[in-house]
Amino acid sequence: MVKQGIVPDELTKPFFDAANDERLVIQNCTACDRLQHPPAPACSQCGSGDGLEWKEMSGRGKIYNYGVVYDTPVRLLQVTQPFNVAVIMLDDDPGIQMYSHLPGTPPDDVPVGASVEVIFEATANDQKIPEWRVVD
Amino acid sequence: MATQLAPESMYRNDEGMGIWEHRGKVAAVGVGHSPTARRWDGKAETSVGAWSILALRRAIEDAGVSPDQVDGLVIVPVTTTGAFWPEDTPVPMDIVNSFNRTGDPLDGIAQLSSEWLLNNMPELTNVNFTMYGAGCMSNALNVASQAIGDGLTHTCLVLKAWHNLEGRYYQSGANAHDAIPGTAALKSLWGAPACYGTALQFAEYCRKYGKTHDMMAPFMTNSRRNGLMFPEGYWAQHRPEELTAEDYEYARWIAKPANLFDNDIPIMMAGAYLFTTAERAQDMKQKPVYILNHASSNAMPRSLTPTLDEVEAETAKTGRKIYEGAGITAADLSFENMYDGFTEFHQFHIEGLGYRGIKFGEALDFYQTDISIEGPNPVSPSGGNIGSGRSRVWLHTDSIQQLQGRAGARQVTGVKPEIAVSGGPMPLGGNYTVWSATPD
Repeated sequence: MVKQGIVPDELTKPFFDAANDERLVIQNCTACDRLQHPPAPACSQCGSGDGLEWKEMSGRGKIYNYGVVYDTPVRLLQVTQPFNVAVIMLDDDPGIQMYSHLPGTPPDDVPVGASVEVIFEATANDQKIPEWRVVD
Repeated sequence: MATQLAPESMYRNDEGMGIWEHRGKVAAVGVGHSPTARRWDGKAETSVGAWSILALRRAIEDAGVSPDQVDGLVIVPVTTTGAFWPEDTPVPMDIVNSFNRTGDPLDGIAQLSSEWLLNNMPELTNVNFTMYGAGCMSNALNVASQAIGDGLTHTCLVLKAWHNLEGRYYQSGANAHDAIPGTAALKSLWGAPACYGTALQFAEYCRKYGKTHDMMAPFMTNSRRNGLMFPEGYWAQHRPEELTAEDYEYARWIAKPANLFDNDIPIMMAGAYLFTTAERAQDMKQKPVYILNHASSNAMPRSLTPTLDEVEAETAKTGRKIYEGAGITAADLSFENMYDGFTEFHQFHIEGLGYRGIKFGEALDFYQTDISIEGPNPVSPSGGNIGSGRSRVWLHTDSIQQLQGRAGARQVTGVKPEIAVSGGPMPLGGNYTVWSATPD
Protein backbone atom coordinates (compact mmCIF):
# COMPACT_ATOMS: atom_id res chain seq x y z
CA MET A 1 0.00 0.00 0.00
CA VAL A 2 1.75 3.15 -1.20
CA LYS A 3 0.62 6.29 0.55
CA GLN A 4 0.75 9.80 -0.90
CA GLY A 5 4.12 11.50 -0.71
CA ILE A 6 4.66 14.09 2.00
CA VAL A 7 6.14 17.57 1.74
CA PRO A 8 7.09 18.50 5.32
CA ASP A 9 6.26 22.06 6.32
CA GLU A 10 7.87 24.18 9.01
CA LEU A 11 5.64 22.78 11.74
CA THR A 12 6.08 19.12 10.87
CA LYS A 13 9.67 19.00 9.58
CA PRO A 14 11.16 17.78 12.89
CA PHE A 15 8.58 14.96 13.02
CA PHE A 16 9.28 13.83 9.47
CA ASP A 17 13.04 14.27 9.72
CA ALA A 18 12.96 11.98 12.76
CA ALA A 19 10.83 9.48 10.85
CA ASN A 20 13.50 9.36 8.12
CA ASP A 21 15.92 8.45 10.91
CA GLU A 22 13.40 5.84 12.10
CA ARG A 23 12.69 7.65 15.35
CA LEU A 24 9.24 8.62 16.63
CA VAL A 25 9.13 12.09 18.16
CA ILE A 26 6.11 13.96 19.52
CA GLN A 27 5.80 17.64 20.32
CA ASN A 28 6.01 18.40 24.04
CA CYS A 29 5.33 21.55 26.04
CA THR A 30 8.06 21.85 28.65
CA ALA A 31 6.02 24.32 30.70
CA CYS A 32 3.11 21.88 31.05
CA ASP A 33 5.15 18.69 30.62
CA ARG A 34 2.42 17.64 28.22
CA LEU A 35 2.61 15.95 24.82
CA GLN A 36 0.45 17.04 21.91
CA HIS A 37 -0.22 15.51 18.52
CA PRO A 38 -0.79 16.73 15.87
CA PRO A 39 1.81 19.42 16.48
CA ALA A 40 0.74 23.04 16.73
CA PRO A 41 2.47 26.44 16.89
CA ALA A 42 1.44 26.74 20.56
CA CYS A 43 0.60 24.44 23.45
CA SER A 44 -3.12 23.65 23.41
CA GLN A 45 -3.16 23.77 27.21
CA CYS A 46 -1.14 26.86 28.22
CA GLY A 47 -1.16 28.63 24.87
CA SER A 48 2.58 29.25 24.89
CA GLY A 49 4.77 28.55 21.91
CA ASP A 50 7.99 29.20 23.83
CA GLY A 51 8.52 25.86 25.50
CA LEU A 52 7.75 23.47 22.68
CA GLU A 53 10.28 20.74 22.02
CA TRP A 54 10.33 17.35 20.30
CA LYS A 55 10.50 14.32 22.56
CA GLU A 56 11.44 10.83 21.48
CA MET A 57 8.86 8.13 22.19
CA SER A 58 9.31 4.47 23.05
CA GLY A 59 7.55 3.34 19.88
CA ARG A 60 5.10 1.18 21.81
CA GLY A 61 1.35 1.54 21.91
CA LYS A 62 -2.07 -0.12 21.98
CA ILE A 63 -4.82 -0.37 19.39
CA TYR A 64 -7.53 1.85 20.77
CA ASN A 65 -10.10 1.67 17.98
CA TYR A 66 -10.45 1.09 14.25
CA GLY A 67 -12.66 1.39 11.19
CA VAL A 68 -12.50 -0.38 7.86
CA VAL A 69 -12.36 1.90 4.85
CA TYR A 70 -14.23 0.70 1.78
CA ASP A 71 -14.56 4.04 -0.03
CA THR A 72 -11.54 6.26 0.39
CA PRO A 73 -11.41 9.70 -1.22
CA VAL A 74 -7.62 9.36 -1.68
CA ARG A 75 -6.88 8.28 -5.26
CA LEU A 76 -3.62 6.44 -4.55
CA LEU A 77 -5.27 4.23 -1.93
CA GLN A 78 -8.35 3.25 -3.92
CA VAL A 79 -6.70 0.18 -5.44
CA THR A 80 -6.08 -1.31 -1.99
CA GLN A 81 -9.59 -1.13 -0.55
CA PRO A 82 -10.84 -2.29 1.87
CA PHE A 83 -8.20 -1.48 4.47
CA ASN A 84 -7.98 -0.87 8.20
CA VAL A 85 -7.47 2.57 9.67
CA ALA A 86 -6.71 2.03 13.32
CA VAL A 87 -6.17 4.53 16.11
CA ILE A 88 -3.06 3.82 18.17
CA MET A 89 -2.64 5.24 21.65
CA LEU A 90 0.96 5.61 22.78
CA ASP A 91 2.17 3.79 25.87
CA ASP A 92 4.14 6.95 26.72
CA ASP A 93 0.83 8.86 26.97
CA PRO A 94 -2.48 7.15 26.07
CA GLY A 95 -3.97 10.56 25.29
CA ILE A 96 -1.79 10.77 22.19
CA GLN A 97 -3.16 9.08 19.09
CA MET A 98 -1.67 8.07 15.75
CA TYR A 99 -3.33 6.51 12.73
CA SER A 100 -2.21 3.23 11.22
CA HIS A 101 -3.11 0.90 8.37
CA LEU A 102 -1.86 -1.93 10.60
CA PRO A 103 0.28 -3.64 7.94
CA GLY A 104 0.01 -7.42 8.31
CA THR A 105 -3.42 -7.33 9.93
CA PRO A 106 -6.29 -8.37 7.61
CA PRO A 107 -9.16 -5.90 7.16
CA ASP A 108 -11.70 -6.07 10.00
CA ASP A 109 -9.61 -8.59 11.91
CA VAL A 110 -8.20 -6.02 14.28
CA PRO A 111 -7.43 -6.98 17.89
CA VAL A 112 -8.60 -3.88 19.79
CA GLY A 113 -6.43 -3.43 22.86
CA ALA A 114 -3.49 -5.37 21.43
CA SER A 115 0.06 -4.11 21.77
CA VAL A 116 1.73 -2.61 18.71
CA GLU A 117 5.20 -1.33 17.88
CA VAL A 118 6.22 1.39 15.51
CA ILE A 119 7.79 0.66 12.13
CA PHE A 120 8.73 3.14 9.44
CA GLU A 121 7.34 2.99 5.93
CA ALA A 122 8.32 4.93 2.82
CA THR A 123 5.60 6.92 1.04
CA ALA A 124 5.35 7.72 -2.67
CA ASN A 125 8.16 10.30 -2.50
CA ASP A 126 10.33 8.22 -0.12
CA GLN A 127 9.50 10.37 2.90
CA LYS A 128 9.15 7.88 5.75
CA ILE A 129 6.23 7.84 8.17
CA PRO A 130 5.52 5.95 11.39
CA GLU A 131 3.30 2.88 10.95
CA TRP A 132 2.35 0.26 13.50
CA ARG A 133 2.51 -3.53 13.63
CA VAL A 134 0.81 -5.88 16.08
CA VAL A 135 3.26 -7.44 18.52
CA ASP A 136 2.79 -11.16 19.06
CA MET B 1 -16.81 47.76 5.13
CA ALA B 2 -16.54 44.05 4.42
CA THR B 3 -18.78 41.72 6.39
CA GLN B 4 -17.03 40.22 9.41
CA LEU B 5 -17.18 36.76 10.88
CA ALA B 6 -19.16 36.85 14.11
CA PRO B 7 -16.88 37.23 17.14
CA GLU B 8 -16.70 34.42 19.69
CA SER B 9 -18.43 36.71 22.17
CA MET B 10 -21.70 36.27 20.25
CA TYR B 11 -21.79 32.55 21.03
CA ARG B 12 -22.81 31.11 24.39
CA ASN B 13 -20.01 28.60 24.87
CA ASP B 14 -19.80 28.33 28.62
CA GLU B 15 -21.69 26.77 31.47
CA GLY B 16 -22.74 29.03 34.30
CA MET B 17 -23.91 31.90 32.09
CA GLY B 18 -27.41 31.69 33.54
CA ILE B 19 -30.63 32.39 31.70
CA TRP B 20 -30.02 33.94 28.27
CA GLU B 21 -30.48 37.67 28.68
CA HIS B 22 -32.72 37.81 25.59
CA ARG B 23 -34.80 34.73 26.43
CA GLY B 24 -38.16 34.96 24.63
CA LYS B 25 -37.34 38.36 23.12
CA VAL B 26 -36.36 37.13 19.64
CA ALA B 27 -38.67 35.26 17.26
CA ALA B 28 -38.66 33.44 13.95
CA VAL B 29 -41.48 34.68 11.74
CA GLY B 30 -40.64 33.58 8.21
CA VAL B 31 -39.28 30.53 6.40
CA GLY B 32 -38.09 30.28 2.81
CA HIS B 33 -36.58 27.43 0.84
CA SER B 34 -35.25 27.05 -2.68
CA PRO B 35 -35.92 23.86 -4.62
CA THR B 36 -33.35 21.08 -4.27
CA ALA B 37 -31.14 19.36 -6.83
CA ARG B 38 -28.54 16.65 -6.61
CA ARG B 39 -25.99 18.79 -8.49
CA TRP B 40 -25.76 22.14 -10.22
CA ASP B 41 -26.84 21.94 -13.87
CA GLY B 42 -24.74 24.95 -14.84
CA LYS B 43 -27.61 27.38 -15.36
CA ALA B 44 -27.72 30.86 -13.86
CA GLU B 45 -31.20 30.39 -12.48
CA THR B 46 -30.19 27.30 -10.48
CA SER B 47 -26.87 28.61 -9.18
CA VAL B 48 -26.33 28.77 -5.46
CA GLY B 49 -26.62 32.56 -5.67
CA ALA B 50 -29.92 32.49 -7.54
CA TRP B 51 -31.40 29.95 -5.16
CA SER B 52 -30.23 31.99 -2.19
CA ILE B 53 -32.09 35.01 -3.52
CA LEU B 54 -35.16 32.85 -4.04
CA ALA B 55 -35.05 31.47 -0.49
CA LEU B 56 -34.57 34.92 1.00
CA ARG B 57 -37.47 36.37 -0.98
CA ARG B 58 -39.69 33.48 0.10
CA ALA B 59 -38.78 34.04 3.76
CA ILE B 60 -39.66 37.72 3.41
CA GLU B 61 -42.96 36.86 1.74
CA ASP B 62 -43.73 34.17 4.31
CA ALA B 63 -43.23 36.67 7.12
CA GLY B 64 -45.36 39.26 5.38
CA VAL B 65 -42.88 42.09 5.73
CA SER B 66 -41.85 44.48 3.00
CA PRO B 67 -38.22 44.14 1.90
CA ASP B 68 -37.40 47.67 2.98
CA GLN B 69 -38.18 46.68 6.58
CA VAL B 70 -35.30 44.23 6.60
CA ASP B 71 -32.26 45.77 8.25
CA GLY B 72 -30.03 42.75 8.88
CA LEU B 73 -28.48 39.87 6.98
CA VAL B 74 -26.61 36.97 8.58
CA ILE B 75 -25.33 34.30 6.22
CA VAL B 76 -22.81 31.50 5.98
CA PRO B 77 -20.35 32.38 3.19
CA VAL B 78 -19.12 28.82 2.66
CA THR B 79 -21.47 26.89 0.38
CA THR B 80 -19.54 23.74 -0.47
CA THR B 81 -20.86 20.27 0.21
CA GLY B 82 -17.30 18.99 -0.16
CA ALA B 83 -16.93 19.81 -3.85
CA PHE B 84 -14.68 22.76 -4.72
CA TRP B 85 -14.41 24.52 -8.04
CA PRO B 86 -12.08 22.29 -10.14
CA GLU B 87 -8.61 23.80 -10.52
CA ASP B 88 -8.49 23.13 -14.26
CA THR B 89 -12.03 24.24 -15.12
CA PRO B 90 -12.65 27.83 -16.20
CA VAL B 91 -15.29 29.72 -14.26
CA PRO B 92 -18.34 30.29 -16.52
CA MET B 93 -18.12 34.06 -16.91
CA ASP B 94 -21.40 34.26 -18.82
CA ILE B 95 -23.12 32.98 -15.67
CA VAL B 96 -21.02 35.16 -13.38
CA ASN B 97 -21.78 38.26 -15.45
CA SER B 98 -25.49 37.56 -15.60
CA PHE B 99 -25.58 38.78 -11.99
CA ASN B 100 -24.30 41.96 -10.39
CA ARG B 101 -20.99 40.36 -9.57
CA THR B 102 -18.36 41.13 -6.97
CA GLY B 103 -14.60 41.02 -7.47
CA ASP B 104 -14.49 37.26 -6.93
CA PRO B 105 -15.96 35.33 -9.88
CA LEU B 106 -16.85 32.35 -7.69
CA ASP B 107 -19.16 34.54 -5.61
CA GLY B 108 -22.70 33.29 -6.26
CA ILE B 109 -21.35 30.16 -7.96
CA ALA B 110 -19.32 28.30 -5.35
CA GLN B 111 -19.39 30.67 -2.38
CA LEU B 112 -21.49 33.57 -1.21
CA SER B 113 -20.91 37.02 0.22
CA SER B 114 -23.41 39.44 1.71
CA GLU B 115 -22.11 41.98 -0.80
CA TRP B 116 -23.14 39.71 -3.69
CA LEU B 117 -26.60 39.19 -2.23
CA LEU B 118 -27.18 42.87 -1.62
CA ASN B 119 -25.93 43.66 -5.15
CA ASN B 120 -28.55 41.31 -6.52
CA MET B 121 -31.45 42.09 -4.20
CA PRO B 122 -32.02 45.81 -4.82
CA GLU B 123 -35.23 45.66 -2.83
CA LEU B 124 -33.16 45.30 0.38
CA THR B 125 -32.64 49.03 0.67
CA ASN B 126 -32.19 49.30 4.43
CA VAL B 127 -29.79 46.54 5.42
CA ASN B 128 -27.23 48.13 7.70
CA PHE B 129 -26.07 45.07 9.63
CA THR B 130 -24.36 42.10 8.00
CA MET B 131 -22.41 39.32 9.65
CA TYR B 132 -21.13 35.85 8.84
CA GLY B 133 -21.70 32.70 10.82
CA ALA B 134 -19.04 30.05 10.30
CA GLY B 135 -20.08 26.72 8.84
CA CYS B 136 -23.75 25.96 9.30
CA MET B 137 -27.20 27.46 9.58
CA SER B 138 -26.92 26.57 13.26
CA ASN B 139 -24.10 29.12 13.62
CA ALA B 140 -25.97 31.77 11.68
CA LEU B 141 -29.09 31.32 13.80
CA ASN B 142 -27.12 31.84 16.99
CA VAL B 143 -25.49 34.96 15.59
CA ALA B 144 -28.79 36.40 14.34
CA SER B 145 -30.51 35.64 17.65
CA GLN B 146 -27.81 37.39 19.62
CA ALA B 147 -27.64 40.31 17.18
CA ILE B 148 -31.37 40.99 17.45
CA GLY B 149 -31.32 40.63 21.20
CA ASP B 150 -28.38 43.02 21.42
CA GLY B 151 -30.21 45.55 19.22
CA LEU B 152 -27.75 45.34 16.33
CA THR B 153 -30.58 44.53 13.94
CA HIS B 154 -34.34 44.48 14.25
CA THR B 155 -35.60 42.48 11.27
CA CYS B 156 -32.95 40.08 10.10
CA LEU B 157 -32.66 37.54 7.31
CA VAL B 158 -30.65 34.40 8.00
CA LEU B 159 -29.35 32.21 5.17
CA LYS B 160 -27.44 29.01 4.53
CA ALA B 161 -26.96 27.73 0.98
CA TRP B 162 -25.16 24.80 -0.59
CA HIS B 163 -23.63 24.16 -4.01
CA ASN B 164 -22.86 20.68 -5.23
CA LEU B 165 -20.81 20.25 -8.39
CA GLU B 166 -20.08 17.33 -10.69
CA GLY B 167 -17.63 14.74 -9.44
CA ARG B 168 -17.37 12.56 -6.39
CA TYR B 169 -17.41 13.89 -2.87
CA TYR B 170 -14.00 15.13 -1.65
CA GLN B 171 -12.15 13.29 -4.42
CA SER B 172 -10.62 16.35 -6.03
CA GLY B 173 -7.94 18.65 -4.65
CA ALA B 174 -5.32 17.22 -2.31
CA ASN B 175 -6.88 13.77 -2.29
CA ALA B 176 -6.04 13.42 -5.99
CA HIS B 177 -2.44 14.60 -5.61
CA ASP B 178 0.67 12.42 -5.41
CA ALA B 179 2.04 14.38 -2.45
CA ILE B 180 0.52 16.51 0.30
CA PRO B 181 1.80 18.97 2.91
CA GLY B 182 3.09 17.53 6.17
CA THR B 183 0.49 19.06 8.48
CA ALA B 184 -2.39 17.69 6.41
CA ALA B 185 -0.64 14.33 6.07
CA LEU B 186 -0.76 13.65 9.80
CA LYS B 187 -4.54 13.41 9.56
CA SER B 188 -5.39 12.55 5.96
CA LEU B 189 -2.59 10.26 4.77
CA TRP B 190 -4.43 7.09 5.80
CA GLY B 191 -7.33 7.80 3.44
CA ALA B 192 -10.21 7.88 5.89
CA PRO B 193 -13.43 9.33 4.45
CA ALA B 194 -15.42 12.05 6.20
CA CYS B 195 -17.64 9.66 8.13
CA TYR B 196 -14.70 7.73 9.59
CA GLY B 197 -14.39 9.76 12.79
CA THR B 198 -18.04 9.26 13.63
CA ALA B 199 -17.79 5.60 12.71
CA LEU B 200 -14.92 5.24 15.17
CA GLN B 201 -16.95 6.77 17.98
CA PHE B 202 -19.90 4.57 17.07
CA ALA B 203 -17.69 1.46 17.06
CA GLU B 204 -16.45 2.28 20.55
CA TYR B 205 -20.02 3.00 21.65
CA CYS B 206 -21.19 -0.40 20.40
CA ARG B 207 -18.33 -2.20 22.15
CA LYS B 208 -18.90 -0.35 25.41
CA TYR B 209 -22.67 -0.74 25.54
CA GLY B 210 -23.15 -4.02 23.68
CA LYS B 211 -25.05 -2.49 20.74
CA THR B 212 -25.00 -3.29 17.02
CA HIS B 213 -25.21 -1.29 13.81
CA ASP B 214 -28.53 -2.85 12.79
CA MET B 215 -30.14 -1.25 15.86
CA MET B 216 -29.94 2.03 13.94
CA ALA B 217 -32.48 0.77 11.38
CA PRO B 218 -35.66 2.08 13.10
CA PHE B 219 -34.09 5.52 13.31
CA MET B 220 -33.17 5.38 9.62
CA THR B 221 -36.61 4.28 8.41
CA ASN B 222 -38.28 6.85 10.65
CA SER B 223 -36.03 9.61 9.33
CA ARG B 224 -36.73 8.75 5.68
CA ARG B 225 -40.45 8.50 6.41
CA ASN B 226 -40.44 11.96 7.96
CA GLY B 227 -38.31 13.29 5.13
CA LEU B 228 -40.75 12.07 2.53
CA MET B 229 -43.34 14.26 4.27
CA PHE B 230 -41.06 17.30 3.93
CA PRO B 231 -42.10 18.78 0.57
CA GLU B 232 -39.09 21.10 0.54
CA GLY B 233 -36.65 18.18 0.79
CA TYR B 234 -34.56 16.32 -1.76
CA TRP B 235 -35.96 12.81 -1.32
CA ALA B 236 -39.57 14.05 -1.38
CA GLN B 237 -38.94 16.09 -4.51
CA HIS B 238 -36.76 13.74 -6.53
CA ARG B 239 -36.70 10.22 -5.15
CA PRO B 240 -39.84 9.49 -3.11
CA GLU B 241 -38.62 6.06 -2.03
CA GLU B 242 -39.09 4.50 1.37
CA LEU B 243 -36.03 3.14 3.09
CA THR B 244 -36.50 -0.30 4.62
CA ALA B 245 -34.50 -1.84 7.41
CA GLU B 246 -33.14 -4.32 4.86
CA ASP B 247 -32.08 -1.51 2.51
CA TYR B 248 -30.15 -0.03 5.38
CA GLU B 249 -28.62 -3.15 6.84
CA TYR B 250 -27.36 -4.45 3.50
CA ALA B 251 -26.04 -1.17 2.11
CA ARG B 252 -22.37 -1.04 1.21
CA TRP B 253 -19.89 0.15 3.78
CA ILE B 254 -18.12 3.47 3.40
CA ALA B 255 -16.07 3.24 6.58
CA LYS B 256 -17.35 0.32 8.62
CA PRO B 257 -19.36 0.72 10.85
CA ALA B 258 -20.80 3.56 8.74
CA ASN B 259 -22.53 2.58 5.53
CA LEU B 260 -23.89 4.46 2.54
CA PHE B 261 -27.11 5.50 4.27
CA ASP B 262 -25.26 6.67 7.36
CA ASN B 263 -23.92 9.40 5.09
CA ASP B 264 -26.29 12.19 4.08
CA ILE B 265 -26.61 12.87 0.37
CA PRO B 266 -24.94 16.13 -0.79
CA ILE B 267 -27.37 18.42 -2.60
CA MET B 268 -27.90 21.95 -3.89
CA MET B 269 -30.32 24.08 -1.86
CA ALA B 270 -30.78 27.30 0.07
CA GLY B 271 -32.78 27.87 3.23
CA ALA B 272 -33.65 31.18 4.85
CA TYR B 273 -35.45 32.55 7.89
CA LEU B 274 -36.67 35.93 8.99
CA PHE B 275 -36.04 36.80 12.64
CA THR B 276 -37.29 39.83 14.49
CA THR B 277 -37.99 41.03 18.00
CA ALA B 278 -40.75 39.32 19.97
CA GLU B 279 -42.50 42.67 20.23
CA ARG B 280 -42.54 43.20 16.46
CA ALA B 281 -43.50 39.55 15.88
CA GLN B 282 -46.82 39.86 17.71
CA ASP B 283 -48.72 41.37 14.79
CA MET B 284 -47.10 39.56 11.89
CA LYS B 285 -48.48 37.15 9.31
CA GLN B 286 -47.15 33.94 10.90
CA LYS B 287 -47.40 32.76 14.45
CA PRO B 288 -44.06 33.70 16.02
CA VAL B 289 -41.74 31.03 17.34
CA TYR B 290 -39.73 32.40 20.23
CA ILE B 291 -36.11 31.65 20.98
CA LEU B 292 -35.46 30.73 24.59
CA ASN B 293 -31.73 30.18 24.26
CA HIS B 294 -28.84 29.53 21.96
CA ALA B 295 -25.85 27.51 23.07
CA SER B 296 -22.61 26.36 21.50
CA SER B 297 -19.90 23.76 21.88
CA ASN B 298 -16.35 24.53 20.79
CA ALA B 299 -14.51 21.65 22.42
CA MET B 300 -11.42 20.15 20.86
CA PRO B 301 -10.19 16.56 21.20
CA ARG B 302 -6.90 15.97 22.99
CA SER B 303 -5.37 14.34 19.91
CA LEU B 304 -6.39 13.28 16.39
CA THR B 305 -9.98 12.17 16.91
CA PRO B 306 -12.46 12.43 19.78
CA THR B 307 -12.73 9.49 22.11
CA LEU B 308 -16.11 8.29 23.34
CA ASP B 309 -15.30 9.74 26.75
CA GLU B 310 -14.66 13.13 25.16
CA VAL B 311 -17.88 12.89 23.13
CA GLU B 312 -20.03 12.01 26.10
CA ALA B 313 -18.48 14.65 28.35
CA GLU B 314 -19.13 17.33 25.74
CA THR B 315 -22.70 16.33 24.80
CA ALA B 316 -23.63 16.25 28.47
CA LYS B 317 -22.13 19.71 28.91
CA THR B 318 -23.98 20.96 25.84
CA GLY B 319 -27.23 19.62 27.23
CA ARG B 320 -26.64 21.45 30.50
CA LYS B 321 -25.89 24.71 28.64
CA ILE B 322 -29.00 24.36 26.49
CA TYR B 323 -31.28 23.87 29.48
CA GLU B 324 -29.56 26.41 31.74
CA GLY B 325 -29.87 29.31 29.30
CA ALA B 326 -33.45 28.45 28.37
CA GLY B 327 -34.56 27.89 31.94
CA ILE B 328 -36.03 24.51 31.09
CA THR B 329 -35.33 20.85 31.75
CA ALA B 330 -35.35 17.81 29.51
CA ALA B 331 -38.92 17.14 30.60
CA ASP B 332 -40.02 20.36 28.86
CA LEU B 333 -38.99 19.19 25.36
CA SER B 334 -41.93 18.30 23.14
CA PHE B 335 -39.54 16.80 20.57
CA GLU B 336 -35.94 17.03 19.42
CA ASN B 337 -34.38 17.82 16.06
CA MET B 338 -30.70 17.24 16.73
CA TYR B 339 -28.23 16.75 13.90
CA ASP B 340 -28.02 13.48 12.03
CA GLY B 341 -25.80 13.72 9.00
CA PHE B 342 -23.82 11.49 9.79
CA THR B 343 -26.51 9.39 11.40
CA GLU B 344 -24.16 8.10 14.07
CA PHE B 345 -24.02 11.58 15.62
CA HIS B 346 -27.66 11.50 16.58
CA GLN B 347 -27.56 9.10 19.53
CA PHE B 348 -24.73 11.09 21.09
CA HIS B 349 -26.75 14.30 20.87
CA ILE B 350 -29.96 12.93 22.35
CA GLU B 351 -28.17 11.06 25.12
CA GLY B 352 -26.39 14.30 26.03
CA LEU B 353 -29.77 16.01 26.17
CA GLY B 354 -31.20 13.22 28.28
CA TYR B 355 -34.15 13.30 25.90
CA ARG B 356 -37.07 11.43 27.52
CA GLY B 357 -34.73 10.48 30.34
CA ILE B 358 -32.38 8.34 28.27
CA LYS B 359 -28.85 7.91 29.54
CA PHE B 360 -25.55 7.16 27.81
CA GLY B 361 -25.77 3.88 25.95
CA GLU B 362 -29.57 3.82 25.80
CA ALA B 363 -30.44 5.64 22.56
CA LEU B 364 -30.34 2.58 20.31
CA ASP B 365 -32.73 0.76 22.65
CA PHE B 366 -34.91 3.88 22.59
CA TYR B 367 -34.94 3.66 18.78
CA GLN B 368 -36.64 0.26 19.08
CA THR B 369 -39.68 1.95 20.71
CA ASP B 370 -42.25 4.26 19.10
CA ILE B 371 -40.22 7.26 17.89
CA SER B 372 -42.73 8.32 15.23
CA ILE B 373 -44.41 11.71 14.89
CA GLU B 374 -47.64 10.07 16.08
CA GLY B 375 -46.13 8.77 19.29
CA PRO B 376 -45.25 10.32 22.63
CA ASN B 377 -41.50 10.41 21.95
CA PRO B 378 -40.87 11.88 18.48
CA VAL B 379 -37.27 11.53 17.31
CA SER B 380 -36.13 13.85 14.54
CA PRO B 381 -39.59 14.72 13.18
CA SER B 382 -37.85 16.73 10.45
CA GLY B 383 -36.21 13.56 9.17
CA GLY B 384 -33.00 15.59 9.23
CA ASN B 385 -30.33 15.38 6.60
CA ILE B 386 -31.03 11.67 6.25
CA GLY B 387 -34.65 12.35 5.37
CA SER B 388 -34.13 15.30 3.04
CA GLY B 389 -30.48 15.67 2.02
CA ARG B 390 -27.52 17.59 3.36
CA SER B 391 -28.70 21.07 4.24
CA ARG B 392 -28.36 21.29 8.03
CA VAL B 393 -31.52 23.39 7.68
CA TRP B 394 -34.44 20.93 7.90
CA LEU B 395 -34.04 20.45 11.64
CA HIS B 396 -34.59 24.16 12.22
CA THR B 397 -37.37 24.61 9.66
CA ASP B 398 -39.25 21.67 11.13
CA SER B 399 -38.90 22.96 14.68
CA ILE B 400 -40.37 26.31 13.62
CA GLN B 401 -43.14 24.79 11.54
CA GLN B 402 -44.10 22.25 14.21
CA LEU B 403 -44.47 24.96 16.83
CA GLN B 404 -46.48 27.07 14.37
CA GLY B 405 -48.72 24.09 13.64
CA ARG B 406 -47.92 24.15 9.93
CA ALA B 407 -45.66 21.13 9.50
CA GLY B 408 -48.32 19.53 7.29
CA ALA B 409 -48.13 15.75 7.08
CA ARG B 410 -45.16 15.79 9.48
CA GLN B 411 -47.09 17.55 12.22
CA VAL B 412 -46.49 15.75 15.50
CA THR B 413 -49.72 14.40 16.93
CA GLY B 414 -48.60 12.41 19.95
CA VAL B 415 -47.35 15.47 21.84
CA LYS B 416 -48.41 19.10 22.06
CA PRO B 417 -45.70 21.07 20.24
CA GLU B 418 -44.54 23.63 22.79
CA ILE B 419 -40.74 23.56 23.15
CA ALA B 420 -38.12 22.03 20.84
CA VAL B 421 -34.38 21.99 20.40
CA SER B 422 -32.43 21.77 17.16
CA GLY B 423 -28.81 22.07 16.14
CA GLY B 424 -25.45 20.51 15.51
CA PRO B 425 -23.48 19.33 13.71
CA MET B 426 -20.82 17.58 15.76
CA PRO B 427 -20.79 16.49 19.38
CA LEU B 428 -17.53 18.45 19.73
CA GLY B 429 -18.37 21.64 17.87
CA GLY B 430 -21.98 22.64 17.36
CA ASN B 431 -24.59 25.31 17.82
CA TYR B 432 -28.08 24.85 19.19
CA THR B 433 -31.35 26.76 19.41
CA VAL B 434 -34.23 26.28 21.85
CA TRP B 435 -37.57 27.18 20.25
CA SER B 436 -40.86 27.84 22.01
CA ALA B 437 -44.46 28.46 21.05
CA THR B 438 -44.67 31.08 23.79
CA PRO B 439 -42.15 33.69 24.95
CA ASP B 440 -42.07 32.51 28.57
